[in-house]
Amino acid sequence: MMEKMIFGRYVPADSVIHKMDSRSKLIIIFLFVCVIFLANNAVTYALIGIYTFFMLGMSRIPIRFLYGGLKPVLWLVLFTLVLQLFFTKEGALLVSWGPVKIYEEGLKMGIFISLRFFFLILMTSLLTLTTTPIEITDGLETLLNPLKKVKFPVHEMALMMSISLRFIPTLMQETDKIMKAQIARGVEFASGPFKERIKAVIPLLIPLFVSSFKRAEELAIAMEARGYRGGEGRTKYRQLSWHLADSLQLVLLGMLTILLFLLRS
Amino acid sequence: MDISLQHIDYRYQANTPFERLAIEDVSIDIPSGTYMAIIGHTGSGKSTVLQHLNALLQPSKGTVKIGDREIKAQQKNKNLKQVRQKVGIVFQFPEHQLFEETVEKDIIFGPLNFGVSEPVAKERARKALKQVGLAEEILEKSPFDLSGGQMRRVAIAGVLAMEPDVIVLDEPTAGLDPRGRKEIMDMFYALHKDRNLSTILVTHSMEDAARYADQIVIMQQGKVVNQGTPEEIFSSPVELVKMGLDVPEVVRFQLKLEEKTGMKLGKIYLSIEELSSAVTEALSRGVRS
Ligand SMILES: Nc1ncnc2c1ncn2[C@@H]1O[C@H](COP(=O)(O)OP(=O)(O)O)[C@@H](O)[C@H]1O
Ligand SMILES: [Mg+2]
Repeated sequence: MMEKMIFGRYVPADSVIHKMDSRSKLIIIFLFVCVIFLANNAVTYALIGIYTFFMLGMSRIPIRFLYGGLKPVLWLVLFTLVLQLFFTKEGALLVSWGPVKIYEEGLKMGIFISLRFFFLILMTSLLTLTTTPIEITDGLETLLNPLKKVKFPVHEMALMMSISLRFIPTLMQETDKIMKAQIARGVEFASGPFKERIKAVIPLLIPLFVSSFKRAEELAIAMEARGYRGGEGRTKYRQLSWHLADSLQLVLLGMLTILLFLLRS
Repeated sequence: MDISLQHIDYRYQANTPFERLAIEDVSIDIPSGTYMAIIGHTGSGKSTVLQHLNALLQPSKGTVKIGDREIKAQQKNKNLKQVRQKVGIVFQFPEHQLFEETVEKDIIFGPLNFGVSEPVAKERARKALKQVGLAEEILEKSPFDLSGGQMRRVAIAGVLAMEPDVIVLDEPTAGLDPRGRKEIMDMFYALHKDRNLSTILVTHSMEDAARYADQIVIMQQGKVVNQGTPEEIFSSPVELVKMGLDVPEVVRFQLKLEEKTGMKLGKIYLSIEELSSAVTEALSRGVRS
């Protein structure tokens, strides 16, 4: 039922992007989100597009899978485009069709903003698709470590994040299982009047809550039994390691940034 | 109600990198009134097969016939409610599906969904509770205040109260104590006989399969590898052992006995009573001759 979901999902493969250090990937995503705002004409957007698809290609994620998973988001992108089309009233009038008027600026802004949105989604999906949740949290924890000086609970946050990420698939399996059990007892989740459908959620949510609380308690006990006492003095089993490829990726992004500065209008 | 699976495949997460062929070319016939046991290792596809029996899953290939309904691959299937009323499923760890404030409300949830009136449903709840061996006082309690074993029985009562023609059981006694196990299995068997139900049981217990089933299906890696009466299945124990499956204790005892004493009983016996009388007879014959 939720088989097509790709958010927060890791797809194992043997690619350059998979092998990168999660710290460099996080830094690149963070910088990319800033750099993308430099683009303001066709050439610069094309450059960012080339960069995004280059990264996608290197990750070896099947495009068909990506397309299937991103389809719902593509509608959102299309919606942004339409919104811009109808509500920007600057530049030359292109189409006048009854009350619908499309202006040059509207078309331009619509295309640019939805492209920006689209590239951002692709790059962030690429991060989660090629990096295990554990790697992401390890990377974040290391990058945010300096914040410990100002008493920011970096370790606790990272732990919370890795536990939530770890339990997303479990929760989805559980949802699927309970949904099936209730469908077998005559519940209809996908059809019937709206009011009935809302009511149908209760037999799903209550068992999910109950099992989540139970699981949280068991997890806490298991952690205590194995001597967990917070982040103080805790060593790491998985060591992050920065390679040449990571530096090269940063250089590549640096080059993109310089080009963007030179070519933007 | 006859059920038949005809050459079905099922793929989880089709068209993704996680695609997985869980069952392949499975054909099983379940004529009305059959007690069928499905045996196999964890991950062999038993639960996937079960979910086709009331159209929770639609086959990726092949046809499922449930009574006069036909469910085919690649075809929209609507109005499956009737099918689901006729085929009740007790899932693995069914206590996870409890959600109502009281036991009574939880048991009548299914029947009400299928359009049974409230008084009738409540009457059925009382009956079902008795069948699963719980006292009526429990009806007003919260299901979350019960012990694990009691919760399991309440969840089973919730399926019985739907009064299905076919009962599908996915390891219904996993995690129960031996006595509770036997009580529940005996209860299902009595029900099977009284109401002339079809029963499909997934189990790891060869004893249960030998004792209750008319037909046994053995699954391995998504395929049906053997199918027959308990006598047929257990008469070639070597094959079972090769697959890493067990043989009922009685059969193991008989084989050891034949090996040690050179006695030949001629056929495989599935209950202690039958075996002991066969052995007694063979011995007395031996003495006479
Ligand atoms: N929801 C699911 N998504 C993906 N794969 C699944 C799912 N459910 C089961 N499988 C896979 O299908 C195969 C058969 O599983 P299942 O029918 O549950 O076996 P059994 O009940 O015999 O233990 C297993 O390999 C399992 O990993
Ligand atoms: Mg199973």
